[in-house]
Amino acid sequence: MAYLEVRGVEKSYTTSAGITRVLGGIDLSLDEGEFVAVVGYSGSGKTTLVSLIGGLILPDAGSIVLDGAPVSEPGPERGMVFQQYSLLPWLSVYDNVALAVDAVNRGVGAAERKRLTEEFIALVNLTPAQWKRPRELSGGMRQRVAVARGLAMRPKLLLMDEPFSALDALTRATLQDELLRIWGERRSTVILVTNDVDEAILLADRIYPMTPGPGAMLGPVIEVGLERPRHRRHMSLTPAYQKARLGIVEFLRACRRGAA
Amino acid sequence: MSRESAARFILPFLGLAAVLALWTVVSHTVAADLPSPWKTWTESKRYIFEPFFKDGEMNQGIGRLAFYSLVRVAKGYLLALAIGTPIGFLLGLSRGFHSAFDPIIQFLRPISPLAWLPLGLVVFQKSEPAAIFTIALCAMWPTVINTAVGVSGISQDYLNVGRVLKLSKFKMMTKIIIPASLPYVFTGYRLSLGLAWLVIVAAEMLTGTPGVGGFLWQEYNSLVYSHIILSVITIGAIGFVLDRLMGLVEARFKSV
Repeated sequence: MAYLEVRGVEKSYTTSAGITRVLGGIDLSLDEGEFVAVVGYSGSGKTTLVSLIGGLILPDAGSIVLDGAPVSEPGPERGMVFQQYSLLPWLSVYDNVALAVDAVNRGVGAAERKRLTEEFIALVNLTPAQWKRPRELSGGMRQRVAVARGLAMRPKLLLMDEPFSALDALTRATLQDELLRIWGERRSTVILVTNDVDEAILLADRIYPMTPGPGAMLGPVIEVGLERPRHRRHMSLTPAYQKARLGIVEFLRACRRGAA
Repeated sequence: MSRESAARFILPFLGLAAVLALWTVVSHTVAADLPSPWKTWTESKRYIFEPFFKDGEMNQGIGRLAFYSLVRVAKGYLLALAIGTPIGFLLGLSRGFHSAFDPIIQFLRPISPLAWLPLGLVVFQKSEPAAIFTIALCAMWPTVINTAVGVSGISQDYLNVGRVLKLSKFKMMTKIIIPASLPYVFTGYRLSLGLAWLVIVAAEMLTGTPGVGGFLWQEYNSLVYSHIILSVITIGAIGFVLDRLMGLVEARFKSV
């Protein structure tokens, strides 16, 4: 059994307009230390999938098992980085990260917790801004705090829900490179959900394309055959990159044509 | 000074002059017992220029009377916050508590202070605690309701952070629920203070305790009508200042 096993997960929402079937049977598996991306159009149910794996909502059918334990509620072992950052605006950068450090290091001394908090802030290069409030930071800096907080949970699995989609292209590229560096140092197990094909190829080992909803499913997994450490420059010229990109784009286009 | 800013400076004075003129006309024509602005001023100026004189229990400078009223309001108001804030949090946090008590709250809320005061006198047997009880009971509803709305409206994003981190109940309150609802809570506090000040006059009138409202009622009974107007203006001025002060406090919490 893989480290994370998602089997036959279905989810529908009931609204006044009727029942919308968002996810129609999702299968996904992930090994420890792997970086997997899920790529799909906006509104296809990617956030729902992340929320389900995070345990924030429960599936109507199917099962989610992480490291042998079924997922039934949220917990810090499945750290989450949200699209809208979800930083607590009344806490400084330090306190936002410290909240996570304190939550997963109960019984650890105050000095050690302080050291850990500072370490995670330094990891995302925010030490000079650690006493600022989120509203004093740019979007890119805010998302760095959210990444630091997610990593500070020391999760078995880090879930990232379109973490960079609200940022401008230049900032997005910088944060992608930073995430690449951090992942190279720590080898966390990550699921990244995104609508950016290039982002997925740059970062992930394997990519699942997601069919557009309703009743979204995952297509055949695409292996990204790029060597690590990866660098943005020249990467797009390599055959492995172009093969992966073509595979994803062809699949998503075919889905859209079928749906239209 | 530009034309516009000059107008903005002058117009409030023109408005005031118009009201004083209307008051003068009315006092000389239809309402003969209504003291004119000038008469009100001459009969009241000692109370303003010597705000802390004390000739007797009910004949004191307006500063002293206002002080008694403010102390009484402060007690009732703090009691209202002490009771209203936890009730508001419970209403916002617990569906069961909301179902159980929201109908009663909606029912009690519109009851006038004039109705509560006799009940307070029956329960406490003394005018002072009865007045404070009435102020607290009437002033707490905006705090209760705004706190409840603030707590139940906390963004799911913030609550999800707490859920993912599996924060303890205590940390969930201190790190997320209380700071997130604070702007609403303070709106409630400001509205409650306004109500507490409204109620003070009724409470003092009915209990005859010394204070601005008590003085107003006593001067009515002694036929010194100019002092009624003095009291009314004092009540308005203090109410205005209190609201502005609370507005500043509120803005401080909204800027977070």
